[in-house]
Amino acid sequence: MAESSARDTVAGAVKAAPRARKVPLTQREGWKQMVKGIWAENPTFRMVLGICSALAVTNKLTNTLAMCIAVIFVTTASSVTVSLLRKVIPRRVRMAVYTLIIATYVIFVDQYLKAFYPVISEAMGPYVGLIITNCIIMGRAETYASSNPPGRAFLDALGVGLGYAMSLIIVAFVRELLGFGTLFDHRILGTWWEPWVIMVMAPGAFVVLGLYIWLLRGFQMRKH
Amino acid sequence: MNPFVILFAAIFTNNIALTYFLGMCPFIAVSRDLKTATGMGVAVIFVMTLTALFAWPVYHWVLVPYHVEYLQLVSFIVIIAALVQVVEMVIERFSPTLYINMGVFLPLITVNCAILGLALFMILRNYSFIQSMAYAVGSGVGWMVVIVAMAGIRTKLVFAKVPKALEGPGLTMIIAGLMALGFMGFAGIVNLQ
Repeated sequence: MAESSARDTVAGAVKAAPRARKVPLTQREGWKQMVKGIWAENPTFRMVLGICSALAVTNKLTNTLAMCIAVIFVTTASSVTVSLLRKVIPRRVRMAVYTLIIATYVIFVDQYLKAFYPVISEAMGPYVGLIITNCIIMGRAETYASSNPPGRAFLDALGVGLGYAMSLIIVAFVRELLGFGTLFDHRILGTWWEPWVIMVMAPGAFVVLGLYIWLLRGFQMRKH
Repeated sequence: MNPFVILFAAIFTNNIALTYFLGMCPFIAVSRDLKTATGMGVAVIFVMTLTALFAWPVYHWVLVPYHVEYLQLVSFIVIIAALVQVVEMVIERFSPTLYINMGVFLPLITVNCAILGLALFMILRNYSFIQSMAYAVGSGVGWMVVIVAMAGIRTKLVFAKVPKALEGPGLTMIIAGLMALGFMGFAGIVNLQ
C-alpha cells in the first residue's frame, strides 16, 4: 500500500515535471515577481513607501478598501500602459510622461468615485488626487514596467498593489476596532468598550504603523 | 478668515505633516541630519509659495471659467514639475553655492505629496488669493519646523540603544506619533476649516 502510493507520487512527479517545465519561464518569473511585491518587498512595511495615504485613510475600513482598490487599479493600469509605450517614450522626458499617464488614471478614479460613491469621495477628500504622488506607482513604472513586457508588468504591479492593500487593511483593522469599536461601521465591541479616540487621530496612525514595521522587521531578522 | 490666523494654524494646529500626513516619504528619508533637513525644509517653503502663486490663478481664472475643474490634478502636477525645473535652472545660473546645497532636493520635491496636497487643500477650502499665500507659507514653515525637530531628535538617538528591528523607519514613525501628540496641545487655539 505504502509502496504503491510512493510509486504513484513518483510517477506523478515525473508526469508533472515536464508540464511544469513547459510553463514559459517569463510567466513563472512574473508570478514570482508578484509574490515578491506582496511579501518580501512589501511596499509599505518593508520599503516604507506610499506612507501618506497609508496613514491618512486608515481610520475606517470602508475608506481604506476604496483607497486600496483605487491604488491597485491605478498601479496596474499605468504599469501596463508604460510597458506598452516603453519603446516610444524618450528617455529624457520619461518621468513627465509617467506622471501624465498616472494622472490620467487618477482623474478617472476621482471622477468615478465622485459620481457613484459621493460619501466615500467626501471622506477621502484630496487623498484620492494624491495617489498621483504615491511613490509606489512611479517606482513600479520606473524600475519594472519600463523594461518589461506588459504581462509581467501587470503581475508585478498587481503584486505591489495587493501588498500595499494588505498592509493598509491590517493597519485600518486595528485603528477602527480600537478607535470606534466597529469594523466596516458594524459595532463589534459592545457598549462597554470605551473607544480609544487617539487611535483614529493622527498620533494613533503613526504609532500603529511604526509598531507594525518593528514587528515585521523583527520577524525578518529572526529568519536570517 | 484672517490670513494670519491661517498662517498660524498651518504651522501649529493643522500641521501639514503631523495632522494631514503629507510629505512623509522625505520626512522619513532625509531627516537623518540637521543640515540636510534644513535644506529640504527651505526648498519646500520656496516651492510651496511659488506653487500657490501659480496654482490659484490657473484654477480660478482658467479652469473655472471653462468648466474643466476635473483637470486640476493634471494642471497642478504640471505646474509643480515646471516650477521645480525653472527654479533649478535659475538657482544653478545665479547662485552655484546655493545650487550645491539645495539642488539635490529640488527634483525630490516634484514627487513630494505635500506640495500637491497644499494646492488641493487650498482649492477645497475656497481660500482667497491672499489666504492661499498665507496657507502656503505657513504649511512650508510648519513642515520645516517638524522635519528639523525630527532631525534633531534623530541625531541624539544615534547614541541611544534601540532594538535592532526598530531602528530607522519604525522608530521615526513612533517619534512622529509622539510629536503629533505634542502638537495636539496646540489644538483649540485657533479653529481652521
